[in-house]
Amino acid sequence: MTTKPKFAMYWAASCGGCEIAVLNIHEKILDVDANFEVVFWPVAMDAKYKDVEAMEDGSILLTLFNGGIRNDENEHIAKLLRQKSKILVAFGSCANEGCIPGLANFTPIQEIVDTAFSTLTTENPDNIRPQTTYAMPEGEIHIPTLYPILKTLDQVVDVDYYMPGCPPESHQIAAVIDLVIQVLQGKAELPPKGAVIGVGLSTVCDDCKRTRNIKKIKQFGRIQLQHSDPELCLLEQGIPCNGPATRQGCGALCPAAGAQCIGCYGPAEGVIDYGARLVAAFASVVDSNNPDEIDQIMDGLVDPAGQFYRFNLAGSLLKGSLTAIRSISK
Amino acid sequence: MTEKIGVYVCHCGSNIAGVVTVAEVSQWAGEELASEGVVISRDYKFMCSSLGQELIQKDIQEMGLTRVVVAACSPHLHEATFRTACKNAGLNPYLCELVSIREQDSWVHTDKEAATQKAKAIISGGVARVAHHESLEPLRVPIHPDTLVVGGGIAGIQAALEIADAGFHVYLVEKEPSIGGHMAQFDKTFPTLDCSACILTPKMVQVGSHPNITLLTWSEVTKVDGYVGSFAVTINKKARYVNTDTCTGCGICWEKCPKKVRDEVFEVGLGNRKAVYTPFPQAVPKYPVIDAPNCTYFIKGTCKACEKFCPTGAINFEQKDEEITIPVGNIILATGYDLFDAKRIPQYGYGRLENVFTSLEFERLSNAAGPTGGNIVLRDGKTVPKAVAIVHCVGSRDQNYNPYCSSICCMQSLKFAHLVHERTGAEVYNFYIDIRTPSKGYEEFYNRLLEEGTNFVRGKVAEISSVARVPEEQGKLVIQVEDTLIGKQRRIPVDMVILSTGIQARHDAKEVAKMFGISCSADNWYIERHPKLDPIATMTDGIYIAGCVQGPKDIPASVAQGAAAAARVLGKIQQKEISLEPVRATVNQEQCSGCRICNDLCPFNAILFHEETMVSEVNPALCQGCGTCVAGCPAGAISGTGFSNDQILSQINGLLLLRITDQEYA
Ligand SMILES: Cc1cc2nc3c(=O)[nH]c(=O)nc-3n(C[C@H](O)[C@H](O)[C@H](O)COP(=O)(O)OP(=O)(O)OC[C@H]3O[C@@H](n4cnc5c(N)ncnc54)[C@H](O)[C@@H]3O)c2cc1C
Ligand code: SF4
Ligand code: SF4
Ligand code: SF4
Ligand code: SF4
Repeated sequence: MTTKPKFAMYWAASCGGCEIAVLNIHEKILDVDANFEVVFWPVAMDAKYKDVEAMEDGSILLTLFNGGIRNDENEHIAKLLRQKSKILVAFGSCANEGCIPGLANFTPIQEIVDTAFSTLTTENPDNIRPQTTYAMPEGEIHIPTLYPILKTLDQVVDVDYYMPGCPPESHQIAAVIDLVIQVLQGKAELPPKGAVIGVGLSTVCDDCKRTRNIKKIKQFGRIQLQHSDPELCLLEQGIPCNGPATRQGCGALCPAAGAQCIGCYGPAEGVIDYGARLVAAFASVVDSNNPDEIDQIMDGLVDPAGQFYRFNLAGSLLKGSLTAIRSISK
Repeated sequence: MTEKIGVYVCHCGSNIAGVVTVAEVSQWAGEELASEGVVISRDYKFMCSSLGQELIQKDIQEMGLTRVVVAACSPHLHEATFRTACKNAGLNPYLCELVSIREQDSWVHTDKEAATQKAKAIISGGVARVAHHESLEPLRVPIHPDTLVVGGGIAGIQAALEIADAGFHVYLVEKEPSIGGHMAQFDKTFPTLDCSACILTPKMVQVGSHPNITLLTWSEVTKVDGYVGSFAVTINKKARYVNTDTCTGCGICWEKCPKKVRDEVFEVGLGNRKAVYTPFPQAVPKYPVIDAPNCTYFIKGTCKACEKFCPTGAINFEQKDEEITIPVGNIILATGYDLFDAKRIPQYGYGRLENVFTSLEFERLSNAAGPTGGNIVLRDGKTVPKAVAIVHCVGSRDQNYNPYCSSICCMQSLKFAHLVHERTGAEVYNFYIDIRTPSKGYEEFYNRLLEEGTNFVRGKVAEISSVARVPEEQGKLVIQVEDTLIGKQRRIPVDMVILSTGIQARHDAKEVAKMFGISCSADNWYIERHPKLDPIATMTDGIYIAGCVQGPKDIPASVAQGAAAAARVLGKIQQKEISLEPVRATVNQEQCSGCRICNDLCPFNAILFHEETMVSEVNPALCQGCGTCVAGCPAGAISGTGFSNDQILSQINGLLLLRITDQEYA
């Protein structure tokens, strides 16, 4: 019936924000509809995994895959969509580098499950834990098995393009969709495989309007604890802004709104480990040669994991803590 | 794999072969690393010998090698040797990688089996890395023939004269009104006891009149831009308030000046000078300066006695500081030292007990041109001491102060003992921990002192006090010491104590080093390129150090360094052009966000920030390729030639011999 190219979108371990960001491109969504046939998009339309399984290999032109790989279901669908798609885009921070769900890579599975099923607000009088298989009169049923740690999409399947952001900015999504449509019409060419798309070449500072000087930091402090100068670079004021290390793309939203960049657009081009880079950069501008004073200054960074690896622990060289990596799901 | 890699494993006699089974390693590399591009692997007794080098060259020419890995000593030692060998065989020298299986392997291990395995890993890393090397060309920059010498002590004077005599121009910058440095303050110099002024002043006069020397005294360097071959140096010439074109140095002005000022610099507080002054009669240049903060005219608005009496009308109260910028190709830093501050050791009483003197004070006291005319007397100016204590190692060789040996204090203490003996006939006690007299004629001088009847007491002085316990100690300074040779506590009463204060880096050494882009040791001495083989060069091309600025030393050593630095500079000038290592950092302008994190990181001041375009840039001639900024840039915008991510990561992978599989994480 239709000859429109096919489009799919999927969420694995993620929050759903990426889906909202796509819908947030306003009237551009009509272009998506005009140019693509949406064949699979659980958040927007009904579809069954078996429908996807039935599709021909490579029959979907473009799949935006958001979310990390936390369990065997995530992995199964990632592999399935890889097989069925010509272009697979790791969409949003979770698919790219793990994002907030990836922060759990510091914690062994058992602890994660225990926490989730025994919080103050959880009513669980029998202290029940989920079972992955359960015998019912009708037969055995399964729920997905958790992996020891969350993996990024490209740690599981081959990825064509990367589109970072938590979530990717709507104007960047619109631009990428525009580009694909232009490619379909023969007016543009696809970027080389493996490229990071919907981003700039530099980092957030490049878009930030705040004035900056040579940096010398005598004290780090949390933003809520101090009055910051609205014109001056936050980092220079000791507020640990991740802008210098974070990929350009958002338009420096957070610093413009008076908050430090927390790094959702991930590492800059060519950077292998975001957190390590940022640690090196912060350490370079600490204004002291006295080891005790340096310790004191660094103590101002109260949550190093959250500061340096909030979005990219799963995609970092570290990937997680050894206890988490070695933990087994029961 | 398109590269053809040759691997050459050195025995280094038994240095490597004694621990590493070299033949096995070489065979392993030939077989196991063939998949990585290794087409030939050889071992040889001494790779650095001409026969060893010829092996490599022959293979390059006959087998068409495109990369070479030499597994031998450290790159510090022989990288240049093997690069040159490759170059001579027609291979770009930067396509050769020297990996260390000596310093990093055979010298630090005893387990032969494990060391042999480690050698394999190191070579595997080198092979993986060298595949990512690029051909590089050295940077060529012209050398400006003029030289800047900073500091007009004996080291700076020597350096300036050597270069000027060779026919090249020198700017000599000295912050005091006259050149001469510390040596000008001494009466006699050890070990020969020749008169300091007699040997120094002729050299000072030569500097003052040399057609190739521009002498800038009462001046300081305020800014250094540029790099080897073409530095641009900004110098602040402080206002002298004396017109040097017309001043004849007749001295009428300081004779007539009514304002006496305690001279804290040259006379170390022991004597006075006038508000218009030259620090000493033989000063070079001969022109005085007006010390504005102490001059009555500048304070009250009236006086001008000097102006009134000056026969040539040379006094000019309107003079202003003047800033000049000069181009030079090379710089020699000879800014000398400071004396250890004896007040830091309160139990020795300096500043509290009147007749405790520092070494420099004693130099002035014993100087025929000094405040007492060379009479060695107590602080009252007349009493000749009957017993004198000389305390060695004050502030030196002491974990609480300076841990190092000041190297000159033993000899200066012996010199003092001799002078006290000769001029006063007093009983002299020298308190020492060890006597260190290692240079030419020094031990002989010590023997002479022993014969002169000096009392040598071996022990560290615990306290110097004026509190008497017995009648003989009344009115005396008492030295409390454990005489370690007889194993007894002793109290020795004397009239005068001379603290042989050690020497330390200048109080402003760190800031000056930063301005010139060189580094200091923990004690703030300037760091030489190599402690043995290159003691006068620094890690910054074109900047040399001479004299005590590099570490404590005597006059002969300071002079030798001054001359050596001059020889190095002359060598550079003769080359007219120099080639710089192409291992440099570069900023990718598109990736740079202008965050300015790197701006203050470079130890060589090579990074500049463009306000208009908001990007940073590395000046390739200043950059030494240290990598500090490369690691510091959070945007990954700076890359270091020879240290790309590919090069480093592949070397790590090679070293690990296997890649960490994802298996481990699943
Ligand atoms: C008490 C005493 C006695 C000694 N007696 C002897 C002896 O008898 N025989 C012997 O061999 N050695 C002796 N020494 C050692 C001797 O003083 C040194 O070896 C020698 O003076 C070192 O010369 P220098 O040129 O390196 O330094 P200095 O003599 O310190 O000269 C440095 C010069 O640089 C100038 N300067 C500093 N900073 C700047 C700047 N930023 N800009 C411009 N100019 C600057 C200073 O004003 C000074 O003129 C003695 C040392 C002491 C302390
Ligand atoms: S506030 Fe943050 S983003 Fe802005 S210049 Fe400073 S570090 Fe960069
Ligand atoms: S400023 Fe940083 S945290 Fe905020 S949106 Fe941009 S990249 Fe994300
Ligand atoms: S640290 Fe990197 S991004 Fe920041 S100014 Fe320097 S080169 Fe540019
Ligand atoms: S690598 Fe960077 S920090 Fe090091 S010398 Fe070069 S510019 Fe300076």
